[in-house]
Amino acid sequence: MENGKRKAIVLLSGGLDSMLAARLMLDQGIHVEGINFFTGFCVEGHTHAVREDRQKRNLRNSALHSAEQLGIRLHIVDVIDEYKDVVLNPRHGYGTHLNPCLDCKGFMVGKARAWMEQNGFDFIVTGEVLGQRPMSQRRDTFPVIARESGATDRLLRPLCARLLPETLPEREGWVDRERLLGLSGRSRKPQIALAAAYGFTYAQPAGGCCFLTDANYTHKLKDLWRSRGERRYDFDDIMLLKIGRHLRPRPHFKLIVGREAGENRFLEGYRNRFVHMWALDHNGPLVLLQGDANEADLDLAASITARFGQGRGALKVRVAVGRPGGPLGERDVKPLPAHALAAEWYL
Amino acid sequence: MMPHLDARYLLCPMPVIRVSACVAGLSTGEVLTVRCTDRGALNDLPAWCRLEGHEVLQAEADSSGDVVLTILVHK
Repeated sequence: MENGKRKAIVLLSGGLDSMLAARLMLDQGIHVEGINFFTGFCVEGHTHAVREDRQKRNLRNSALHSAEQLGIRLHIVDVIDEYKDVVLNPRHGYGTHLNPCLDCKGFMVGKARAWMEQNGFDFIVTGEVLGQRPMSQRRDTFPVIARESGATDRLLRPLCARLLPETLPEREGWVDRERLLGLSGRSRKPQIALAAAYGFTYAQPAGGCCFLTDANYTHKLKDLWRSRGERRYDFDDIMLLKIGRHLRPRPHFKLIVGREAGENRFLEGYRNRFVHMWALDHNGPLVLLQGDANEADLDLAASITARFGQGRGALKVRVAVGRPGGPLGERDVKPLPAHALAAEWYL
Repeated sequence: MMPHLDARYLLCPMPVIRVSACVAGLSTGEVLTVRCTDRGALNDLPAWCRLEGHEVLQAEADSSGDVVLTILVHK
């Protein structure tokens, strides 16, 4: 406690609920700081920032925008490596796709608890609302999160606290339970009304969006694991799954094809990691090749590279082939005809 | 020598995380130059600096399309 103020760390996702939860604490004179965990799967503006055709949008990190409106510090923490165990071995299983929502929330509250203890804070605040999410925001799962994170009764959920047992901050009188809320259910109408009263702006009501809830993304992640014969990933793997068209023409290699200039530019950053190709005599994509390719595979990959460029109607296209640390090669190929581009290659 | 941070090919919020770690090792008055390819950094890094009390001296896209920011550290 500093200057007579109790201190709360708020899990600030960038969505409306956590911003309101933080504001309710500020209204009660609590010193509030925000914490935001970057798992590598956060939807946060990634592809928008890469694609040139989407750069006219106001690209900004939603959690930072929330913190600015609240006037609080925000700690953005890289948890990419630690988070792998949550994704690969969720104790409570997955939701519809590869989303380990309950384990994820327990992990994040646990990280916030450790941060709280290291930094002399008193309690943890989340924007959770009873009944809002099917896996992690239920009456029976709330205690699981509190217990498995180690936060126990130092975890306060101001938006629905009136519907839950008293927590330490309430019992000790650090916060007034009567000024907390009793929201429940999936509707966000009360939150939207409250945000309007506070004059908050936000990109979307729900924050913390996650690629692990996305069918297309998780299909590509499962394909990656299948092709490797094991469930593992690194940071670059999960970034690249967000960029470009992904095609697997053969079981032992995959192509990532830039869809426009912004994606091509992003993929350039990986030229020292993968075999890469582009057409020399026509405009077209940069293509990365992941896996092991023999000469016939390289010819096929080059013909696909030509297919996605402006030389697709030409009889012959010259394609540059770069290898990490190796000399630049060239090969002349016939662009793959549209009918030969098998639908099942697309991931 | 003025510290430089290469944050190219990193996407939101990694540039902020890298800048935060870099600034932690700097002192008041030092100037950090950051180069990014993520256009979102033009919004995010100034926002982070406002919250932390650092000063953005320059923030612009250069002729190569990279975003370059110079940050004056205040602690």
